[in-house]
Amino acid sequence: MKITRQMERWSPLVLLSAILLLWQLVVMVFGIPEFIFPSPTQIGQQFFEFGGPLLEAAWKTFWVTMVGFALSIVVGVMLGFLIGSSRLAYSAIYPLMVAFNAVPKAAVVPILVVWFGIGLGPGILTAFLISFFPITVNIATGLATLEPELEDVLRVLGAKRWDVLIKVGLPRSMPYFYGSLKVAITLAFVGTVLAEMTAGDSGIGYLMQSAGSQQRMPLAFAGLVTIGAMAMAMYELFSWVEKRTTGWAHRGSQAV
Amino acid sequence: MAFVDFRNVWLAYNEELLGAGHFAVEDISLQVEQGEFIAIVGPSGCGKSTFMKLTTGLKMPSKGSIHIGGAQVTGPLKISGMSFQAPSLLPWRTTLENVLLPLEIVEPFRSDFKRKRQEYAAKARDLLKSVGLGGYEDKFPWQLSGGMQQRASICRALVHEPKMLLLDEPFGALDAFTREELWCILRDLQAAQKFNVILVTHDLRESVFLADKVYVMSKSPGRFVVERHIDLPRPRDLEITYTPAFTDIVHELRGHIGAIRKTGAAVPQ
Repeated sequence: MKITRQMERWSPLVLLSAILLLWQLVVMVFGIPEFIFPSPTQIGQQFFEFGGPLLEAAWKTFWVTMVGFALSIVVGVMLGFLIGSSRLAYSAIYPLMVAFNAVPKAAVVPILVVWFGIGLGPGILTAFLISFFPITVNIATGLATLEPELEDVLRVLGAKRWDVLIKVGLPRSMPYFYGSLKVAITLAFVGTVLAEMTAGDSGIGYLMQSAGSQQRMPLAFAGLVTIGAMAMAMYELFSWVEKRTTGWAHRGSQAV
Repeated sequence: MAFVDFRNVWLAYNEELLGAGHFAVEDISLQVEQGEFIAIVGPSGCGKSTFMKLTTGLKMPSKGSIHIGGAQVTGPLKISGMSFQAPSLLPWRTTLENVLLPLEIVEPFRSDFKRKRQEYAAKARDLLKSVGLGGYEDKFPWQLSGGMQQRASICRALVHEPKMLLLDEPFGALDAFTREELWCILRDLQAAQKFNVILVTHDLRESVFLADKVYVMSKSPGRFVVERHIDLPRPRDLEITYTPAFTDIVHELRGHIGAIRKTGAAVPQ
């Protein structure tokens, strides 16, 4: 069978529908009770029933994530710039960063709560802490993998290190940067929800936590779906921005 | 004094190697007159690229002195332009923007780049046209063939009107036909603008066809072992490469290279 562009475009939706159908069938055929594993229709019902609270919680989670994410872009880019442009900074900072990144963020949340109390602080900071690492690493990689010949060409002209970084290093690392944003945004959502679940008083994570403790599985699942949808939307947004701004790095896909 | 003047230049890459007496290039002396085209040939790893770094002032000699244009070289030399085997054009810039890059960096163009952008762009377009890239100015490098990219790379090296053009195996990655085409383009550019060229290559025919003087370099340590004047009349046509006079010179140089490879050391001049 020939795979057309149309088929490629609709394939995710077709797969999603197939999975939902199978899920619904399994739940119905085996008579699985709602409080163990709700069916898609039961979850769907929750969106009608609790549309308001879900939307409110989603909005809260969304902007907390965005603030944390913005923070991680700023800090991630600056750290990446530092590490990628200086060998000394690289060897000094990199091992520490790897160690830090290996710390489970769930273990950090209680500490953040002690410092900042219940509320927004821990959510924003967890989203930031969990998502800045890929950004830093990618920016640093983009800067550190300059062709030496090109650097020579520019240095002969009297280019300072800064010129080389701005004219070549930074544009070169842009595809890496966008690639990392797509990873980082999904991580940031994980961070926010994690903080809301352990120490929140609002947001999707909190809603899921309370729904779970009341055995209201369909609502908890509705929360999961909401987070998935938000993360996917942001991912698509960054993919789109990436294609628009760094098309030169994806030239294979856009027939010249 | 010659335009480029190397006096007994030695270079070790670091203090340790210097202490141990390991030099990348040894006792290099050469004089290049203004507007002269010289070529350096030798087996790979013989220090040709080191020589380039010395000439552009990216490396300082451990011993000896280098004067260019009458002044001792103490740092990167802005009167030179470089091009390498890899065209290394920036994929996010169009061909024209790539050629303009040096003007955004080197003085005096840098200061008035914003103001005179139109004028510089026109100049760059002319240059691109002269190497047969007219109509490709606004294409991206990855839309060009290897030979076209290399031409653009040479334009980038020439756009700030350097007195000296340094080429490190610029045609090494191209097919034979494209290579000969680019020889002629380089020949014509040099004839028109009279800049100095220092061409590092391991293609003997290339060196004899293009250069006024060919130096043969030995391998570790890098030393000049032969200096050969090419007295073939100019302008030279590709046809000349099939004449006995031409092949004799190539043959003679080939003999020197063969001798180096056999003994691994310098042969008496």
